[in-house]
Amino acid sequence: MNEPVKLLGSFGSPFTHRAEAALRLKGVAYEFIQEDLGNKSELLLRHNPVHKKVPLLLHGDRAVAESLVIVEYVDEAFQGPPLLPSDPLARAAARFWAQFAVDRCLRTLFKALWTPDGEARRGFVAETKENLALMEAQLEGRRFFGGDEIGYLDIAASGLAWLTVLEELAGVERSMIGEEEFPALCRWRGEYTSHEAVKACLPSRDQIVAFYAGMKERLVLLAKSMQKK
Amino acid sequence: MAEPVKLIGAVGSPFTHRAEAALRLKGVPYELIHEDLDNKSELLLRLNPLNKTVPVLLHGDRAICESLVIVQYIDEAFDGPPLLPEEPYDRATTARFWAHFMEHKFSMPFWMALWLDGEPQKGFVREARENLALLEEHLQAQGKKFLAGDSVGYPDLAGSYIPLMLDMFKELSGTSLMGDDEYPAVRQWVKEYNSDEAVKSCLTNKEQLAAYFRVKKDKYKMMVKAMLKQQ
Repeated sequence: MNEPVKLLGSFGSPFTHRAEAALRLKGVAYEFIQEDLGNKSELLLRHNPVHKKVPLLLHGDRAVAESLVIVEYVDEAFQGPPLLPSDPLARAAARFWAQFAVDRCLRTLFKALWTPDGEARRGFVAETKENLALMEAQLEGRRFFGGDEIGYLDIAASGLAWLTVLEELAGVERSMIGEEEFPALCRWRGEYTSHEAVKACLPSRDQIVAFYAGMKERLVLLAKSMQKK
Repeated sequence: MAEPVKLIGAVGSPFTHRAEAALRLKGVPYELIHEDLDNKSELLLRLNPLNKTVPVLLHGDRAICESLVIVQYIDEAFDGPPLLPEEPYDRATTARFWAHFMEHKFSMPFWMALWLDGEPQKGFVREARENLALLEEHLQAQGKKFLAGDSVGYPDLAGSYIPLMLDMFKELSGTSLMGDDEYPAVRQWVKEYNSDEAVKSCLTNKEQLAAYFRVKKDKYKMMVKAMLKQQ
């Protein structure tokens, strides 16, 4: 029952963070194995042959891939504060908004960050802000999307906490998530990043910069290829 | 005590099918409300203002959107045979992982291969076949009738667009996705899915479905071409 838990990840990656945050919030002891994404380990390739990506959770000899699948697994396989609510409708709402946050906020935000200046970029920024406004409304004056405690949706959207550093790297002058336009999201970001359990696995500014260093060209290319989706 | 269940859906929509099949598998009585996607109803626009699309599940006065969110809701809100395995590891690895694969990794090349022509189509056919190989490997290794066990479940519903559309792939796309003797486990899975009692009871008649896609063909071809050009 107490099989060792290992997390293969890349510190600085928002996907890895989701898995770590879930483990910390649940109070699960784990060993973090830093993966060099330019030189993937045999352990990673053996246990995640389909996607060959991090994060990958190893629970004993069982491997779980895909950050949000890992979050649900951690919620179900271990004792601890629930990450998803128990009511089916509330669970459906958390999943719906998590999908929205991933597809329509984080993805569009990614395109907005890494598309060179111009009409396309302006379009992505506008779209991101429109969608962020809906996330803003979802907070409804609560501390977290999950209520008083961090939940599944907060974890799914946690990439938004990275934003200021990434905007710096991308050379953006004014943040997309400004205090005036998004007071609730800004407050949420503060609450999330200062939460005891999360703080312990949140990369510092320097670590985020290091993670993204040398990736800029690749990110610009990726953003370009994403435009067709 | 049972509140009425209604499903707003459209003929030919693989997303609607996922939700309908889930209701049938779970044994939940429901009323199907047909939506004309070219002339969307006020009801649909009110219940799904964000995406304005089908399916939408109405359970009493609760509205749930997004086909896979609906499938999970149906599994959790109603009694009946489980659509996901009981054990957390199986839920995460076979069920959710393969549902994610079907939804995020396979559907795009499948859809693009269906509606594109020439060189771009060839590229997506290649990608779709690579994904078929992964699926084949999983089905063979697992040795069960369906993706997560011996009954139709969450990942099968996520991937149901394949059993729904494989027959008509050649006619619609002008090319073949797989040879008759290729990917035997995938072929078997398609056969099992299409012969499941609950699924069969809500499957759109194949002729109707083919006719639906023939009508939409030009529109979809234009849409994917535009998607590709947007670079």
